[in-house]
Amino acid sequence: MKAPTGPAKLYDCRDAFIDTLEDLGAANNDILAVVNDSVGSSKLTGFRDKFPERLINVGIAEQNMVGVSAGLANGGKIPFVCAASSFLTGRALEQIKADVAYSETNVKLVGISSGMAYGELGATHHSIEDFAWIRALPNIPVVAPTDRIETAAAVKWAAAHYGACFLRLSRIGVPDILPDDYIFKLGRANILRDGNDLTIISNGTLTNRALKAAAILEDNGLSVRVLNMASVRPIDENAIIEAANDTGAILTCEEHTIFGGLGSAVAEVVVDHCPVPMERLGVPGVFAPTGSANFLLDEFGMSPNGIVERGYKLIKRKV
Amino acid sequence: MTREVVRAIVYLNLYVELFMNSSELRTVANCIRRRDVQAVFEAGAGHVGGEMSVIDLLTALYFKVMSVNPKNPSDPKRDRLVLSKGHTALALYIVLSEKGFIQKEEIKTFLQPYSRLNGHPNRKKVPGVETNTGPLGHGLPIAVGMAKAAQLNRENWRTFVITGDGEMQEGSNWEAIMAGAQFKLDNLTLIIDHNRLQQGARLADTIDITPLRPKFEAFGWNVQEINGHDMDQIVNALDKDKIVPAKPTCIVAHTNKGAGISFMSDDVTWHHRVPNAEQYKQAMDELKKAAE
Repeated sequence: MKAPTGPAKLYDCRDAFIDTLEDLGAANNDILAVVNDSVGSSKLTGFRDKFPERLINVGIAEQNMVGVSAGLANGGKIPFVCAASSFLTGRALEQIKADVAYSETNVKLVGISSGMAYGELGATHHSIEDFAWIRALPNIPVVAPTDRIETAAAVKWAAAHYGACFLRLSRIGVPDILPDDYIFKLGRANILRDGNDLTIISNGTLTNRALKAAAILEDNGLSVRVLNMASVRPIDENAIIEAANDTGAILTCEEHTIFGGLGSAVAEVVVDHCPVPMERLGVPGVFAPTGSANFLLDEFGMSPNGIVERGYKLIKRKV
Repeated sequence: MTREVVRAIVYLNLYVELFMNSSELRTVANCIRRRDVQAVFEAGAGHVGGEMSVIDLLTALYFKVMSVNPKNPSDPKRDRLVLSKGHTALALYIVLSEKGFIQKEEIKTFLQPYSRLNGHPNRKKVPGVETNTGPLGHGLPIAVGMAKAAQLNRENWRTFVITGDGEMQEGSNWEAIMAGAQFKLDNLTLIIDHNRLQQGARLADTIDITPLRPKFEAFGWNVQEINGHDMDQIVNALDKDKIVPAKPTCIVAHTNKGAGISFMSDDVTWHHRVPNAEQYKQAMDELKKAAE
């Protein structure tokens, strides 16, 4: 694994998503992009130029977008539904439940600009409930890749997997974290660095921050494991149980409300199998004030130093 | 019988059905009505009013118009039917059983614990069901997607979707209506079961979305209005020749909730009411008489 050293180049994961989708689209005529007018924000102009017939734009109509995609899947197509995550998951939740999850259709839901990526645009555009909403539904794996490498790998996995999934992508720049030859495996977390005093579990944009926090803690004599847990459902129970047994404390970090997301999913496993002190960093059940995504993450205690502080607090709780 | 002989009989039946006349279709519909009323009576639940309303439409589709094969229910080239008014699933189950998708004996399990036949249709449980409906306003968007898939594949199978008229109050339908016209889906036919009653009251006393025709015409659809209980009119409206190139078709089928049973017909209380023994006998007597 690459440990971040100094200021690294940052990448928008949407580029990796769209490059991969275009490659997959070139190899398979059945792959479609379905959008709610969001051609630009989903970076799909290249896909549209290459495969004009296969970019299905239903206009600003998210419920119809998901329903149409279920119908396209019934007709043998492999639709990637690309839309701002807040509108895709919030507006069309019943279609996701009935037409995709319950009907078990081969629809790939791609939530673009998830979390607080829209920053200053405000809480209407933040998608910090989507893990909770989609995780509650059977038949839809929930995946939040952490960098452009994992994004590309997850998109390839999604295309090859017969069935629905929810890919939660950001637009906040993140450095490369995973190796170039990384292969995404659903329900499998990756240990990015090992340690025995504390485990930090994160995904999406937070893994970069978690690694920085772990490095600071290590400089102060603590040994910290960092688990990248892109797959929120199904969740890697074994990795969580091992982390609890090996390090005795678990801190989760996510760009999501602390109610029902990654932290909750990890806590469910901890409570059932391996009770150890645990804390959850995330948005603490409020609508965010005005600010950029990175500002808001810092504001909610998820700067590297904020994570460090919470880590110290948690370690003190260890018996 | 060898497999080949069985297969030959199945294909022969499918072939014969294509040549069913309206009188024969009416006989089939009457038989389905009786089985439906019996199943609702025995299960002690159901949506009998809306089922009586939609049965003639389903009968014409499955026994005259659509190309579907119970021996190969997921044939990629099959015609599709989406029953968006999924609460009338029982009518669909009976039609599917009469077509051979499921055993006729299975109808008696309707709503029983672990039955495949729950109150709304499930495609993973029941062969011949295309999508799991129940919440209203879902079927038409899905049907638009199906028709779009056929268009992209340059295939000539057709997609049919049946909605209730009250269901047209759902905004998602109007999103799909816009898309269907924009995509020029002339392989898509929406049939609105226009019985003028919704669960709690008359459409006119709730949110009156009539008249439907000018609304669909304004949205760029080809519209036909028919008597949804007149088999000649139904079959005629569903004929391929009635397709207008580059336009989706909406058939406004004027129907009666509870059609075929005098005391249920056009009575708002029969949305999901269950007949008592006396009413059941009367309903069956009336239906038997109509079959004579």
